[in-house]
Amino acid sequence: MADLIVKDKEVVVPGQVLAKGMEYLPANGTYREGNEIKALQIGMVTLSGRLIKLIPLKGVYIPKVNDVVIGRIIDVGVNNWLVDIGFSNLAGLSLRDATSQYIVRGADLSNYYKFDDYIIAKVTKVTKDKLIDLTTKGRGLRKLDEGIIIKVTPVKVPRIIGKGGSMISMIKEKTNCKIMVGQNGVIWLCGQEPEKEKLAIDAIYFIEKNAHVEGLTDMVKDFLEGKKGEKK
Amino acid sequence: MKKRKDNRRLDEMRKIEAKVGVIKRANGSAMFRIGDTIAVVAVYGPRSLHPKYLQDPERGILRVYYNMMAFSGSGERIRPGPSRRSREVSMVIEKALTSVLDLKEFPGGVVDVFIEIIQSDSGTRCAGICAASLAIADAGFKMKDLISAVALGRIDNDIYVDVTKDEEDIEGMADVPVAYLPSSGKIVLLQCDGFLKKEQLKEILKIGKKVCLEIYKVQQKALKEGYKK
Repeated sequence: MADLIVKDKEVVVPGQVLAKGMEYLPANGTYREGNEIKALQIGMVTLSGRLIKLIPLKGVYIPKVNDVVIGRIIDVGVNNWLVDIGFSNLAGLSLRDATSQYIVRGADLSNYYKFDDYIIAKVTKVTKDKLIDLTTKGRGLRKLDEGIIIKVTPVKVPRIIGKGGSMISMIKEKTNCKIMVGQNGVIWLCGQEPEKEKLAIDAIYFIEKNAHVEGLTDMVKDFLEGKKGEKK
Repeated sequence: MKKRKDNRRLDEMRKIEAKVGVIKRANGSAMFRIGDTIAVVAVYGPRSLHPKYLQDPERGILRVYYNMMAFSGSGERIRPGPSRRSREVSMVIEKALTSVLDLKEFPGGVVDVFIEIIQSDSGTRCAGICAASLAIADAGFKMKDLISAVALGRIDNDIYVDVTKDEEDIEGMADVPVAYLPSSGKIVLLQCDGFLKKEQLKEILKIGKKVCLEIYKVQQKALKEGYKK
């Protein structure tokens, strides 16, 4: 007999039994042990047909190819840079992938990206042993000169961006800020007015806190407008 | 019915309290309190591991630091810094946690778990392990199960659940900390200090399992509480 023990959209903890019997199949964030399906991390149950999936409520960033990330240069080598992207291994940015400019052999690489610079880059390669290659060639990929860096939980990034970028473009529009969201949970903001910059930051933290509430877009809209009303 | 000094039944625990997210800057954190024993745990990582020879190219490793704070004891000041005892406790907790934690995604990396005992009245390693499993779950790592642990003892011919320092100091008592995976009932930590008969050990494991399930309920509730909307 197949039994579903938890409800849809319920918060579960690691090891909690989600279903018994062979009727259901374990998907992301769950595992099967004998006759039972159990949760593998803290998350919210999502049922889709026979699949039981967990949407993690908190998590660690694991790089994938084609992720756009924001990282900090922590070392300048002879022909590469090492970048901290919030993962256990440092990512490498080689000379070839850094810029389409001509770089003279033996040039001092800190003329391009120096220690403690923040860059927005794309992951080009992830090996089995989780060695990561980055590139800064491409549209929008560059060094970040001005602005503010904030950090959120990586699993909340999809909600901050929204469906097809709807959420983030709303914040951009309402606050007149330039915002870039890295898949690793690092967010860069740059606005004209400090108050609006502050509002954008608050809005992002608001989304992080309320990520799994339904009708979030409207709530954020109210949040952005409500704050504005107070200021006037 | 036999009563103890503090008016508990033999198979009764002290009051438990658990909370997650107590340290803002850590990736995951938790507090676990049983009676007068309080453990606070912070989890950081995954981060890169140095020196490099400690790295494992196939999986991330777990490092546990157990520490009793200088003022945590009931008597004299505890000498700060690592000791023979704290290294042993760190090691057994590390082994217990490694059995549930999946760190294959972070080769060459390390996850650091800092267990600080801020107040102690026996059973510190069990409080530490309960708090540590909550903190790791709070950090969002993939793990098979939480861990619940309790310290039991034998005094004369009776089995005592969740012994206190006074009971622990009784001459000829045996002290048995035990940690279970609540959903599968597997034992991940079992130590024994003192003499036991075979039947007594069996009895202890049976009672311990029952008590651990009660602790698990508190842990589960605390973890869910931390993520309420």
